[in-house]
Amino acid sequence: MKYTQGNYRIVKKENLAKNCYDFTIACPEIAEIAQAGQFAHVKINGFSLRRPISICEVDKENGTIRIVFEIRGEGTKALADCNENTLIDIIAPLGNGFTLLDSSKKAIVIGGGIGVPPMVEVAKHYRKNATAIIGFRSANAVILNEDFDSLGANVMLCTDDGTMGQKGYVTTALATRLEQETADIIYACGPHLMLKGIIELANKYNIRCEVSLEERMGCGVGACLVCACKTVKDGKEYFAHVCKDGPVFDSKEVIL
Amino acid sequence: MANLSVNFAGVTFKNPIVPASGAFGFGREYEELYPLSTLGGISTKGTTLEPRNGNPAPRIAETPSGMLNSVGLQNPGIDSFLEHEVPYLATKDTRIIANIAGSTIEDCVETARRIEGSAVDMIELNISCPNVKEGGVAFGVNCNSAQTITEAVRNVTTKPLMVKLSPNVTSITDIAKAVEAGGADAVSLINTLLGMKIDINTRRPILRNNVGGLSGPAVFPVAVRMVWQVANSVSIPVCGMGGVSTWKDAVEMMLAGASLVQIGAALFDTPFAPMKIIDGLNQYLDDNKIENINDIIGKVQPW
Repeated sequence: MKYTQGNYRIVKKENLAKNCYDFTIACPEIAEIAQAGQFAHVKINGFSLRRPISICEVDKENGTIRIVFEIRGEGTKALADCNENTLIDIIAPLGNGFTLLDSSKKAIVIGGGIGVPPMVEVAKHYRKNATAIIGFRSANAVILNEDFDSLGANVMLCTDDGTMGQKGYVTTALATRLEQETADIIYACGPHLMLKGIIELANKYNIRCEVSLEERMGCGVGACLVCACKTVKDGKEYFAHVCKDGPVFDSKEVIL
Repeated sequence: MANLSVNFAGVTFKNPIVPASGAFGFGREYEELYPLSTLGGISTKGTTLEPRNGNPAPRIAETPSGMLNSVGLQNPGIDSFLEHEVPYLATKDTRIIANIAGSTIEDCVETARRIEGSAVDMIELNISCPNVKEGGVAFGVNCNSAQTITEAVRNVTTKPLMVKLSPNVTSITDIAKAVEAGGADAVSLINTLLGMKIDINTRRPILRNNVGGLSGPAVFPVAVRMVWQVANSVSIPVCGMGGVSTWKDAVEMMLAGASLVQIGAALFDTPFAPMKIIDGLNQYLDDNKIENINDIIGKVQPW
């Protein structure tokens, strides 16, 4: 694992939806090596623990990364209060990213809520060969749909209440999509229930699937072992760690 | 530049700063940021005779000025440690402190016995982990059992033996005296304080284990007090830990009587904490025209 720690400048801040923020951060040495699916461990002044936030997009040319996060508590609220030109302390890039196949392959990227951001960098790799299935509770929570559009991906937007896109869950949209055409790989990030449904469909259609998991973290680098998640390898159950062994896992290895 | 070297229970450490067990894995994870040779030593992840999976997640919760953890001694077992980690650490020009634990005295004895003959510099016998149901803290809260387990391990190892004490006791000085009588060469303190955090919306504890060990700046004054009390009660050296985050904390801990200082939770917030503390110690000694760090150990002047 190659990573670095430092204070980096927020060069752009946007409020994407209620309680959802988008920071572009100038950090050339991180952008140089960051991969889709990896995360940044962000220090917030006044709080004991860093917050792991997935990397939404990497711009190697401009030496920036984008992180998109939701206010979930006091810590992320304080982070959201940071403004452009503020320096924030991050350790990145951390964890293992998604396995990217040849960009001519057909990929389906699926995100639920705040699980959508890490899918942008994946969709950027496949562009028109990507189908982005993104789901939100309601129209006012929708984020990043235009990013997927501008990348040329086929976007299937779902909301639980039908206020935007098609009404229903991403799993329903995925089932519909797979009835029409197969895919070479599925990538997913979101709530466990959603991931469970996706993994079942991936198994049914025998499609390779990678999922990104989330867990409360300490060190972020694999030293403290707090972010345990149940996995199975060679038929044997064991606790892997989201920060070092993940956050991306082969769907056949995870126990949700 | 002052002399930061300390002799601790017969082992020379180039400086007194040691990442604490459980916070630093087996060292590899932080090597991306700085060479391990800059550290006085490393107290490795608590290791048991057999591999352990530890407790279910969530295993961590944030608290005011601290954190709770309930990892529950997840580790690959002593044989894996000796085969994969010790040879690697032995090339890093730093002292290896093997932190060991067990559910029974026999397990601890066998674990210590297997370490004999390896490149490990010192054993830290953990009789104070609050996150395991059997063993762990059970040995460390009673003078008789603390002395008995220390004696049993003492009998099978020629390595310097340090015993890690629990703060979750009525009198930590009595426990310290008991392990000294049992043949310990040193004591380390404090392990975490047992704590709990509840989500007021779900009404469930954050930790799946319900309770866990509190560490971080919140426990620092408790640790300083206990180090001071123990250092004045035993003749063996004391390794101080518990909420040490800055070089000022390290100086305070040493003035209280610690000859070695371990850094735990601060690493999660500031991975470079050990480096910053070593630099700060140097500066403090230079600024105060103190040539040898040993000259500050136990030099608090109580009222």
